[in-house]
Amino acid sequence: MDKQSCYHCGDDCEQVSVTYDEKCFCCTGCKTVYEIFASNDLSYYYDLQESAGASPIEVEGKYDFLDTPTIVERLTDFNDSDLQIANLYVPHIHCSSCIWVLENLNKLNPLINSSQVDFPKKTVRIHYNPTQISLKEMVLLLAKIGYEPTISLDDFDNKKKVTDRSLTYKLGVAGFAFGNVMFLSFPDYFDLSSSASTGGEFWLNEYEILFRWLMFAFSLPVVGYAGKDYFTSAFKGLRSGILNIDVPITLGILVLFLRSTFEITFNLGSGFFDSLTGLVFFLLLGKFFQQKTYSFLSFERDYKSYFPIAVTKINPSGKEETTQVHDIESGDRLLIRNEELIPADGILLKGNAMIDYSFVTGESEPQQKQSGDKLFAGGKQVNGVIEMEAMKSVSQSYLTQLWSNAIFKTDKSSRFQTLTDSIGKRFTVTVLSIAVLASCFWLYYEPSKAMNVFTAVLIIACPCAIALAAPFTLGNMLRIFGRKKFYLKDTLTIELLAQIDTAIFDKTGTITSTKTSTATYEGMPLNHEEASLLKNTLRSSNHPLSRTLYNLLAEQDIYPLDDYDEYLGKGLMARKGENRMKIGSADFVGNTDVKGLLDTAVHVANNDSYKGRYIFHNQYREGISETFKAMSKNLRLAILSGDNEGEKSRLEKLLPKLTPLYFNQKPEDKLKFIKSLQEQGQKVLMVGDGLNDAGALAQAHVGIAISENTNVFSPACDGIMDAIKFKELYQYIQASKKALKIIRLSFLLSLLYNSIGLYFAVTGQLEPVIAAILMPLSSISVVVFATVTTNLLGRKLK
Amino acid sequence: MSVIYVLLAISISVAVLFFMAFIFSVKSGQYDDAYTPSVRMLFEDELVKSQVGELPPDMDINTEQNN
Repeated sequence: MDKQSCYHCGDDCEQVSVTYDEKCFCCTGCKTVYEIFASNDLSYYYDLQESAGASPIEVEGKYDFLDTPTIVERLTDFNDSDLQIANLYVPHIHCSSCIWVLENLNKLNPLINSSQVDFPKKTVRIHYNPTQISLKEMVLLLAKIGYEPTISLDDFDNKKKVTDRSLTYKLGVAGFAFGNVMFLSFPDYFDLSSSASTGGEFWLNEYEILFRWLMFAFSLPVVGYAGKDYFTSAFKGLRSGILNIDVPITLGILVLFLRSTFEITFNLGSGFFDSLTGLVFFLLLGKFFQQKTYSFLSFERDYKSYFPIAVTKINPSGKEETTQVHDIESGDRLLIRNEELIPADGILLKGNAMIDYSFVTGESEPQQKQSGDKLFAGGKQVNGVIEMEAMKSVSQSYLTQLWSNAIFKTDKSSRFQTLTDSIGKRFTVTVLSIAVLASCFWLYYEPSKAMNVFTAVLIIACPCAIALAAPFTLGNMLRIFGRKKFYLKDTLTIELLAQIDTAIFDKTGTITSTKTSTATYEGMPLNHEEASLLKNTLRSSNHPLSRTLYNLLAEQDIYPLDDYDEYLGKGLMARKGENRMKIGSADFVGNTDVKGLLDTAVHVANNDSYKGRYIFHNQYREGISETFKAMSKNLRLAILSGDNEGEKSRLEKLLPKLTPLYFNQKPEDKLKFIKSLQEQGQKVLMVGDGLNDAGALAQAHVGIAISENTNVFSPACDGIMDAIKFKELYQYIQASKKALKIIRLSFLLSLLYNSIGLYFAVTGQLEPVIAAILMPLSSISVVVFATVTTNLLGRKLK
Repeated sequence: MSVIYVLLAISISVAVLFFMAFIFSVKSGQYDDAYTPSVRMLFEDELVKSQVGELPPDMDINTEQNN
C-alpha cells in the first residue's frame, strides 16, 4: 500500500490501517474519534484543519482519583451544588480545529453547559452541572476524543494562579496621562514666543495657569504609580552598590517632575510634563514588548509537574483506594498501572516490572526488575500492572531530593548582569560629571543659570533610548526565535546565550532521538524460515525490546505458532514445525561467550545453536556531526551522559576529535560538573532533556531543554527547543551574538541624540519644546532601528 | 464662569470615562487572551448553519460507544 496518512491524526498508516467511511486511519482509536465527531455533526473539525487530531490513549483507571471530592474541590475553580467550573490544561490544543471542537463540547454531551478555550495558555474552561456529570466523566470524554488533559501535582498545590496585570494598568495610566498632557500642552506649543506682557493670544495667556496645573495633576499618577518600578529598582541597586540603568532614569524622572513643578509654581515656564509622561509611557512600552511569554510552555517545572495527584493504594484489608501522592507514607502498598509513574522510592512486591528510567537517569532502555528490587521515584512502568511498597515519602525520594539543592531557589537574573546595566553604570558616571562640570562653569559666569543647566543636563541625558534598545531588540529576537520553534524564557537568556563559550550536551534524548532506535545484526545470517519464525515470535510478545525489534524487521508472512512461551526477565521460546527458536538474554539462549557487553542486545538461537544477536543503537539526530563540527571551532564541547559506555566508540566517530565524553553521570554529578566549569570562569550552555538534567540546566548560564513535543515533558530550563531544530542551535547562538551587536549600535545612535541634546542643555537653551521633540524622536528612531535590524537578522535564520 | 472651564471639564471627564472603561476591561480579563477570540469569530457562520439545518440527535456518546 502506498504511504497514506491518517485522516484523523496525520500519522503514517503503515503498520495497521483501518478503513472506515472511505477514509484511512492509523489505529482504531483515531477511527473511534472520527466516528464520534461524524455522528455528532462535528465533522467540520476536519474541514478547518486537516488531520488535526490525536489518537486517544488508554486511560482506564487513570482518573479514578477524580472520584474523591476533596481532590475535585481543589481542582475546580468554582464549586457549587449545581455548577462547577474546571479549567483544564490540554497540551494537544494546537490549531483552530481544536478550539472549535472543544468549544462545541456540549454537542457531544448536552450536560456540559459551555466551554471556552484559551489558546495561548492551552486551557479549556468548562462549566457543567456536577449533579449530572462528574469531573471524571468529563475528563474521560476529553480523553476519548484525543484531548486528554494533564492534571499534575502542580495544579493541586498552587490552585489559584493570579495573573499579574499591573504592567497593563501602568501602561494604561501612563498612556492616558501622556495623551492628555500633550493635549493640554498645545497652547504652549502654538504660543511659543508670546506672553501676557507682549500681547499674544488672549485665551491661551488667560488660562495658562489652569492648563499647567491640570498637567501637573495628570503627571502625579505617572510619577507615583506608573514609574514606581524604576524608583524601587534604582533604590535596590544603589543599596547594593550597583549603578544600574534605572538610576539615571529615576534621576531623569525626578528632576523632570521637580523642575516642572518649580517652574509652574513660580510661573517661570510651562514645565516638561509632556516629556515626563511621554518618557514613562515609552519606557513601559519597552517593558511590555519585552514581556513576551509563551504561556503554554512552562519553564519553571519541577518534579511536581510530572507526578500524578493520586495513586492507587492497597489497604491492609486488600481493598484498592485512591490516595493523594502527598499522603504516601513509608510502608504503603501501591498499585502502579501500565504507563504510570512511580511516585516514591520503594520495593517491588509483585508483577513484571519493566521500568523506563530515561527521564530520571537518561538510560535509554527500560530495565527489568524482580520482586524485591528497589524502585526509584520517577521511573515509568511500561509493562502491565505492578505492586510495590513505598519506602519513603514523595518529598524524600531520591529524585525529588535534587530539588532541595539551593540552585533551584536562586533567580538567574540576580546572578548575572545585563549589558544595559553595565553600560548604565558608565553612562551615569559620565552624565553626572557633565552636569557638575557644566553647572560649575555657569556658576562662575552666570550663577542664576547654573541650576537650570544642571537639571537640563539630567533631563536631556535621561537614557530613555538606551533603556529601550535592549527590550525592543531582544524582545523581537525572542519572537523571531519563537517562530523558529526555539522558545526562550526571557530576554536575559539571549544575552547569556551570546556569551557562551562552553556547551555541554546530554546524550539520551538530546543528541539521540527518543522515538526511533536502530538495531544491527551480528552473527550467522538467518535463513528465510528462521527470519520468518523470529518475526512471528516477536509478534506475540509485549516486551518493549520485542516491540522495537518487531517494527525494525522486514515484513514476513503471519502464521500461528505451534508453541509459545514467555519467560519473565529471560526471553521467549517458540516452536513451529521442526524449528525451536529462543530469543532473549545471552544466558537464556545458551551463549556464554559474550559477557560484559554493555550494549543492549537480543540474542537469537535456533534448535539450540546460537545464531547471533541484534544490538540496539541509539538513533542520533540528523546533522549532529556537522553541528558539532561547526560548534567546536568556537566552543568547548562535552557530552555528559547518564547512560553506560556502550555507545562510546560510535560517538567518538560522530563527534569532533577529542570531544570529552563522560558516562554514568548521576543527576548531581551533572550539576557539580557544570559548577566546576563555572568556577573556572567558563560560561556554560547545558542542553538536556530529562528530569535528570534539571540540576545541570538550572546551574548552567543557559539551560536548554530539547523536546520532541514541546507541549509535554520538559524540565525547568531557560529555553525549550523543538528537537527538529537541533542542528540550527549554533546558528541561534550566533544570532544572539548579533542581537547584542545591534543593541550596541542602538546605544551609539541614542548617544548621538543625547549629544545634540546636551549641547542645548549645557549652553542653557533647553526649551520644553526641544525636549518634547528630541526625547520621543530619539526613542522612536532607536525602536525603529532595533526592530528593522532584528527582522533582517531573523530573515536569514532557518 | 468662563466656558472654557465647562469644556475642559467635559473633555477630561470623557477621557476619564474611557480610562475607567479600560481599567475595567483589563480587570475583567479581556486582555488575558488576545488570540482565541480572533479565531472564534470565524466559526460563527458555521455554528449558525448547523443550528438552522437539521439538528443532530443529541446522543450521549457514553452510551453510544460500544467498541
